[in-house]
Parts: sequence; structure tokens; C-alpha cells
Amino acid sequence: MTGSTEKMTGARALIECLYREGVDTIFGYPGGVLLPIYDELYDSNIRHVLVRHEQAAAHAAEGYARATGKTGVCLATSGPGATNLVTGIANAYMDSIPMVAFTGQVPSLMIGNDAFQEANITGITMPITKHNYLVQDARELPRIIKEAFHIASTGRPGPVLVDLPKDITTDEIDFYYPDKVELRGYNPTYHGNIQQIKKAASEIKRSKNPVIYAGGGIISSDAAGELTKLAEKIQAPVTTTLTGMGGFPGDHPLFMGMPGMHGTKYANYAIQESDLLIAVGVRFDDRVTGKLKSFAANAKIIHIDIDPAEISKNIKVDIPIVGDAKWILSHLMKYAEKAQSEEWLKKVEEWKQQYPLHYIGPATGDGIKPQYIIEQIREACEDAIIVTEVGQHQMWAAQYFRYKEPRTFISSGGLGTMGYGFPAAIGAKIGRPDKVVFDVSGDGSFQMNSQEMATAVQENVPVIIVIFNNGYLGMVRQWQELFYERRYSSTCIQNSVDFVKLAEAYGALGIRATKRDEVRPAIEEAIASGRPTLIDFIVECEENVSPMVPAGAAINEILDLERKK
Amino acid sequence: MRHTLSVLVENKHGVLTRVAGMFSRRGYNIDSLTVGITEDPTISRMTIVVKGDDDVLEQVTKQLNKLIDVIRVTDLKSEETVERELALFKVSSDVNNRSEIMQIADIFRARIIDVAPRSVIIEVTGDETKIDAIEQLFRPFGIKEMVRTGKVALRRGAKGVSS
Ligand SMILES: Cc1ncc(C[n+]2csc(CCOP(=O)(O)OP(=O)(O)O)c2C)c(N)n1
Ligand SMILES: [Mg+2]
Repeated sequence: MTGSTEKMTGARALIECLYREGVDTIFGYPGGVLLPIYDELYDSNIRHVLVRHEQAAAHAAEGYARATGKTGVCLATSGPGATNLVTGIANAYMDSIPMVAFTGQVPSLMIGNDAFQEANITGITMPITKHNYLVQDARELPRIIKEAFHIASTGRPGPVLVDLPKDITTDEIDFYYPDKVELRGYNPTYHGNIQQIKKAASEIKRSKNPVIYAGGGIISSDAAGELTKLAEKIQAPVTTTLTGMGGFPGDHPLFMGMPGMHGTKYANYAIQESDLLIAVGVRFDDRVTGKLKSFAANAKIIHIDIDPAEISKNIKVDIPIVGDAKWILSHLMKYAEKAQSEEWLKKVEEWKQQYPLHYIGPATGDGIKPQYIIEQIREACEDAIIVTEVGQHQMWAAQYFRYKEPRTFISSGGLGTMGYGFPAAIGAKIGRPDKVVFDVSGDGSFQMNSQEMATAVQENVPVIIVIFNNGYLGMVRQWQELFYERRYSSTCIQNSVDFVKLAEAYGALGIRATKRDEVRPAIEEAIASGRPTLIDFIVECEENVSPMVPAGAAINEILDLERKK
Repeated sequence: MRHTLSVLVENKHGVLTRVAGMFSRRGYNIDSLTVGITEDPTISRMTIVVKGDDDVLEQVTKQLNKLIDVIRVTDLKSEETVERELALFKVSSDVNNRSEIMQIADIFRARIIDVAPRSVIIEVTGDETKIDAIEQLFRPFGIKEMVRTGKVALRRGAKGVSS
């Protein structure tokens, strides 16, 4: 079809463009200005998933994108529909996830007059999108959509918003879909500089204590295989950030788990004592680095990233290599040789033995420790996709599940959005129906988007919600315990709701488990049911995430916090 | 340390907001910003004067380049650049001191562009130091109002920043 033209409305053109971009699913919620678009969706082949709150549409699109590697698409009406997307767009921006958000807008001639349900969504989302558009002429729509998908999915991925005034969707145009985009101001670098790569290789050869610190960039550039090969060749231990989980096999002998605030002691010790830090697709986030001045203070730093603006943003880098992680790692493979790391690997192994992640058994014989649930999910279904909310349960999910494959751990990293997990899990399950998908949730977080039970049931998306019901906004309570003399100000949420009844009210399966030996059967029942299922696990209420680096401390100043009961 | 950036951008709706928004969001200080069309009507040139050390300059440049509508960013070094700013001064004046003011204007190759019974308006172009200097000289007479455009700059010689 490309090349020839055909007359159609803007709304019809939008659907045509989505087909050409290979979009099979969009997450959305209708409204007045979207009527022309919804009328076109009615008999299109695109699956429209009707959420119950637009925030969930954005998170679901992101979950879909993270699980599949494709660009997620969401749609919301003007005004409140559009502003409800904001948290989800910001979340995708912080974690660099490809997403295109379409919003309805009041008719062009009414813009600026405070018309009914008018919000300046391009203005609002300017700092939280990679780029955004207000379409001013229907004839430009195909080009803009082509550009939007291109920008969202290339370079450092991110969300792009396209605002569609109602008249744009009803105007007739001669449809023509461009083959190429021409953006003179946008030219991401994919190929790393070979001289820099050679320099990195010679530093590796010379180093005695190398550490690889890898993040979400490994996942988005599909570089997990290259990373593993390189780590094995140079014999360097690997730590992956929250967004990098699954980028390196969790059961690999060179794996050290997560770095930073709730990372493993051995990952943090290794970073602090390393003489060469090979940072790939990471941004030296404060949750990882702790006190910046003492982070990897004795190490030379190689930083591989596709975004030049990340180089030396937080920490001075010795060897920057800008480009695609997959390309750079596979070229680095050619030049790199083994580091002199025999002694070092022994030392790391000793740390692993000496300071393993651990928790103490339940206070009463049959109580449920939250970490135990994660271990049981892993044993029941080790190739599941784990999506999380935000809080203590999120950290346990990162610590105790050994992710083996990319795109099997989906969590709100940069923004830390409670309420993210459940809609993201719905999106992930729709993208990967072959996978068992868990939403590892807190009793607080779940209540931020629990209305999506209706979406899961109506659309028949059998995700398994696992609520770690500790009766608290646990992560905040933990800080109050440690730094505010246990003054639990507004963090107790005990008996908020009967989650099992809530699930049942929506037509989902609800299961409650209060004892240790009920954990595994509940998980098995949920997997076997093939229905959207919620398991309400009543867990020990004042368990802490351990170990922990207090805010502002150096990452080797890491404390054990397990409750001695 | 102050730097002059010449930034070529798409001549499109909202670009100024994107650039200004990036500066405020990331906490960089703009001393002045001018924007106008170039020889190519689809491109505008912003001349932005920013305060900051080399690290700040590096980040500003990279963050500007990240904006899709920014085509090219060039750090103009003062040695190889011609810079001009235009200012208008409305100075209190009457018959008694008008000639004195005109003399000052003459020395600075400024022009009187409006004369009223109690004031004159003087137009002056030049680099920043020149405009600062003339301002100092007008102060004793009483500056009723003044306006400065902010700096515009081009690289000397045949080579431009767009080529
Ligand atoms: C939208 C939002 N509001 C507030 C916070 C701050 N916050 C971080 S963790 C947390 C508590 C989460 O409670 P829960 O979901 O029950 O998880 P738990 O820590 O108990 O496992 C809060 C309030 C946040 N991250 N996101
Ligand atoms: Mg809780």
C-alpha cells in the first residue's frame, strides 16, 4: 500500500498507521473527543483492552512493552483522561521503555479557550516524554505517527505522546504512509568508537578486580547473550540493577545479585574494592551508588551507554563508549582478554559464602516469611514473569527470585510507582500469554489500581496477584522503625479490605493463606486455575528488607536488619 | 564562566518552550536567550548565554542535543566569534544637558532615535562591555527605562555553524 494514496478520515488513518507499525493491542479508555477513533476501532483487527482507569492503560502498555520488546500503545481522552496517563508516562520515561501514548484533544479552534475537558497535555508531558506532538493538520498525521514510533523505539527508548484534536480525526486526507523518517535533529549512535573499545580491552586485561555493573540497557538492546559471553571470557563478576534483572543469568557462578541500597553485601563490597568497573546500560542512580564520592573510589570506570548525556552525569568516567550495548559488547568480545582475576573471584566467592542473602525463619512455627513466598514461586514456576509493585515486596522479589532470562522481571525502577505492577502484569500477560505472570504486590500498592480486576476478568487475562499482606506501608514503616523511633505515622493499613472477597466481587478467584504450609498449594492452585487469581498471603508484619545501606552512606556501609525473634 | 551557545532548532511551534523547560528542569542558568529565523526558513537560531563550568557546559550541550527539535549545538569561543547586542535607553534630558548626552552617544556610535521635551531615546549596538559602559555614563542623568536584546553571535569567517 505504501506509495499509493487513498482518501480517509484522520481516525481511519490512525488505525492504518497502527497496522503498519505492527500494533496488535492497545490499552485505552474512551471519551467524547475519541468517538471517531473508537468507531474505527470497533471493527478493526486491533485488540483494544478497556482498562478501568487511564493510569492503568499507560502501565499496561509499558508492561506489554517490557515483556515483548515491542512498543506499547495507550489511548486516553482529552482533559482528565490525558492527565490520568501522566504517572504512567513518567514511569516509562524514567525506565526508558518504548511507548506511544495517544490522547484526544478538544477541536483545534477551541484550544486555548479552556474548553470543556481541555488540558495542555503536550505542555504537561514535555519533561516526561522523549518527544511529543500536537497534531495541527490531519495531513501530517501519518508522518507524525511514523516518527513517534521511530523515536519511541530507537536510541534510548522512551515514551512519545501524540495529542489529537478532534477535528484532526474527522478531517479527510489522502493517506500516504512514509517509508522512512527524516529527523535531522535525531540520530542515535549505535556503533561504538573502536579506539575506545580497544582502550577498554587493554584496561580489562590489566585489571585484577574487575566488576561488571549492568542495567536496563542490556534488556532494551537485547544484549544478555553478549554480556554473558563477555563476563565469562574476561572472568569478571556481574551485578545487575533492578531494571537489569534477567540481563545476566541469576544462577550463574559469576552473578552477584543487585547492587546498592538493598543489594547484596558481596555486590557492594566488590564494587567498592574493584579496580575496574565496567558499567553497561546504567545511569549511576543514587539508589545504586549511595554516597557518590566513595562509590567505586579506586576503580577506573568504563561506561557503555547509548545516551551520551548519561556519560559523566553523576560520576566522572574514564573510558566512555557511546552506542548500542549489544554492538559494543560483541565488538569488545573480539579485543578483550581474560583479566587477572583468579584471586579476586576467590575473594568474591568467600564474600558470597560469608554474607549470603538470608532471613531468619518465622517467629511462630507456621507463620509466613515474605521471602519464603518468593522462593516458593520460584520453585513452582521458575520461568514465570514476575511483575512487582513498589515497597518491601519488590525488593524481596528482586533478591530472592533468580531471574534467568531478560524480560522476566518487570518493576518500576526510576519512578518507584505504587500501583504500577498489577496493570503492568496485565499488559505483560497479554503480550506473553504463554508465560505464567505474577504481580508481586503489597497490600498498600494493590489498592492503588485494584479496579483493574475488572479488566483482567472481562478480558480474561489470568494474572496471579500475590499480595504480601503485612498490614503496613511496609517500606515506609521500615524507615520509621529505623530512623523515627518506630513512630508509625500513617503507615498502618491493617484490615483495609477483605482481599479475597474483593477478588470474588470482581469474579476472580480469591485464595487466602495464613500458614507456611499453605503457601505452595495456594500458588499451585492459582497456576492451575487459569483464571485471574488473587492470593492474600498474611505475612509477618514487621519484617525488614535486609541488608540495607542507609540513605547517603557509602554502599559498603551495609547493615543486616533481620528481625531476631 | 559564561559560554555562548549557538543552537540551530527546527522552526516549529513549542521549540522555545522545550529548550527553556529543559534549562529550568535541570537547574541550569540562562543569562540571555535570543531566537530568530535563519537563512533557511525551516530553521531558527537560538543564541544562549549560560553560566557554568565545563562540566555544566558539557551537560547542557548533551541535554540540548537530546531534544529532537535541536539540530546542532555549537559552543562559540569568543576569539572566533563576532557578538552584538542592541540596547535602547530612555534617558532623562532637557535642553540643558541634551548636547552632553549626544556627545556621549557619538563617542559610542550610538544614535538618538527619539527626542521629547524631558527625555531622549538612544539606540546602541555593540558587545556587552560597550553597552555596560554607556549605561554607566547615562546613569547620572537618570535612566527612565532600558531594554537589551541579549546577545546574538556568529562565527567569524566563511565557516558557519550550520555547515
Ligand atoms: C504512588 C506512590 N505513593 C507513595 C509512595 C511511597 N512508598 C514507597 S513504598 C510504600 C509502601 C508500600 O506499601 P505496600 O504496597 O503495602 O508494600 P510493602 O512495603 O508493605 O511490601 C510507599 C507508601 C510510592 N512509592 N508511590
Ligand atoms: Mg504492605
